[in-house]
Amino acid sequence: MLNSFFYLLREGGIRPSLSEWLTLLAALKSGVAGHSVDDFYYLARSALVKDETLFDRYDRIFAAYFRGADDAFRDLVRELPADWLERQAELELSDEERAQIEALGGFEKLMEALRERLEEQKDRHEGGSRWIGTAGTSPFGAYGYNPEGVRIGQAGSRHRSAVKVWDRREFRNLDDTVELGTRNIKLALRKLRKFAREGAADQLDLDDTIDKTARNAGLLDIRMVPERHNAVKVLLCLDVGGSMDDHVRVCEEMFSAARSEFKHLEYYYFHNFVYESLWKDNRRRHAERVPTNEITHKYGADYKLIFVGDATMSPYEIVYPGGSVEHWNEEAGAVWIQRLLATYPKAIWLNPEPRERWNFTPSIKLTRELMDDRMFPLTVSGLDEAIRALH
Amino acid sequence: MAEQKFTGTRSYIATDDLMMAVNAAVTLERPILIKGEPGTGKTQLAMEVAAALDRPLYEWHIKSTTKAQQGLYEYDAVARLRDSQLGDDRVHDIANYIVRGKIWEAFASDVQPVLLIDEIDKADIEFPNDLLQELDRMEFYVYETQELVRARHRPIIVITSNNEKELPDAFLRRCFFHYIKFPDKDTMAKIVDVHFPGLKKALLKESLDAFYRLRDVPGLKKKPSTSELLDWIKLLLAEDIPPEALRAEDSRKAVPPLYGALLKNEQDVHLFEQLVFMDRRSRTQ
Repeated sequence: MLNSFFYLLREGGIRPSLSEWLTLLAALKSGVAGHSVDDFYYLARSALVKDETLFDRYDRIFAAYFRGADDAFRDLVRELPADWLERQAELELSDEERAQIEALGGFEKLMEALRERLEEQKDRHEGGSRWIGTAGTSPFGAYGYNPEGVRIGQAGSRHRSAVKVWDRREFRNLDDTVELGTRNIKLALRKLRKFAREGAADQLDLDDTIDKTARNAGLLDIRMVPERHNAVKVLLCLDVGGSMDDHVRVCEEMFSAARSEFKHLEYYYFHNFVYESLWKDNRRRHAERVPTNEITHKYGADYKLIFVGDATMSPYEIVYPGGSVEHWNEEAGAVWIQRLLATYPKAIWLNPEPRERWNFTPSIKLTRELMDDRMFPLTVSGLDEAIRALH
Repeated sequence: MAEQKFTGTRSYIATDDLMMAVNAAVTLERPILIKGEPGTGKTQLAMEVAAALDRPLYEWHIKSTTKAQQGLYEYDAVARLRDSQLGDDRVHDIANYIVRGKIWEAFASDVQPVLLIDEIDKADIEFPNDLLQELDRMEFYVYETQELVRARHRPIIVITSNNEKELPDAFLRRCFFHYIKFPDKDTMAKIVDVHFPGLKKALLKESLDAFYRLRDVPGLKKKPSTSELLDWIKLLLAEDIPPEALRAEDSRKAVPPLYGALLKNEQDVHLFEQLVFMDRRSRTQ
């Protein structure tokens, strides 16, 4: 009877194993839990869910199952009601039609209007030219066309011309389990290792033992030394979304390799450029942000700072306050990156774009200047150069 | 054996979900893995379980250099080498140089013991994997003396982790799991009550308010936890601080007295003083 709950959990991404499931059944049989749902809830959680970050997901699946609404959990992952923005039809417009759509006044006015309409509108909407939804000609929504449109819930850029991406779609966290091809990167990163002996003396120092034993007239005198550990600390900032979509693979490789190489690795995400806050979890990036000041306060100057990003954007996003595509930033990105660089003198920027193209993109040139030319291509040889610059 | 259930003790408040996890682990004789913020009573739990069920407690504290083998036994080759040079007779029996580890001690116990493996995440990444067989079958083999050591009674194993490293799946699958959430105000009031019975209501309320306000300060390197709150209250009582002194509305004294017991880090103290200073300035303007 409960088996469908097991499969629901697996489908929902919790993936308990068969042995864990059998443990739960054994526990039920032995009567540890009373006959209340609460007891069962706690028991099953303790037996099946071994990661507190999955508790929330478990809660929702549990609720869905015991309400008898088996399919409600499918919407788990989404914050916005999925069908509200789901693409049902795509609007193909002719050139004349596009020309007919006039921009609706200035940028500020557009954002103001969006906020108002989001409040007014409660239901899903499709087509038409006013409400926010999909495939329409309203300036808000996705899969449609309006030269000054605001994009909502669109899985990939279609025209790449939206003025502002107010996009609550899921930015997937970079997967650090990609193994293929990470070996070369690991080898390159290994050069960054700085060994230091720390901790308890638990290794035999053969040379010293022989020396001391000889001095001790042949009576054994054992000498020990502590093991060597990698003492390097790394702060990694990764660009996600937008133009970085093309480079996800190589960034995942880089991230996987770095995760396994460094004991002290801290990572944060940003979109296009660093501003007053970064985040650790792309699924909750709107809710849980960490102020950049807090990061510089928390991690000391002995951390080495590594940015990974294509630095491809509008130059306004770097040099002007309010230039960010996602929010209103009080201070320009350039100010923030200079603050970071002041805290972390050992810093580099890794760019997945090929080096030949750097000179044709103004924002890359700008970023290189801000980084004092410490920008390197995200290739194995580029990494080699980068690591040397970090020493 | 009479059915015994863990329901917390006079000095330890256990929530329902914690009791359920512990009882399931005790009944099914599986290890229980406890995670949570530092200072929420993870290590304390093993001691309380042992006390509540009246079992002997064996504690194995893990350090970054601890090897799994050390929990089973160690062969002290260096001592034997030395003895051989000194011509000691003990040298002929290798069993003289087998030193029992904590797991062996627990396995050899006459009654079912509680074994605490404290801060398992401190050790090497491979450490938990090296203990799979031992925790599963509750037996291991001593190669030097060719002896199979089997647990006389399967111990109740409590494992704690601070989440510094991820634990391997194969290991997690064999454990029950519980995450100790940071207690809410009501639970915290109960916890304080068992430690300081008869604490004045006013002082309790004001100290808890000040404590949770401090926890809400963004950017602290180490948020104060339950154990720090208890230390702080002890100090407040010793110094006989009146509850009114803890009230935040009093802008001249917005820093809680004796806050050194709550903030353990220079930068945090600094950050906090700065915030208070800015706060005062904005009030006076």
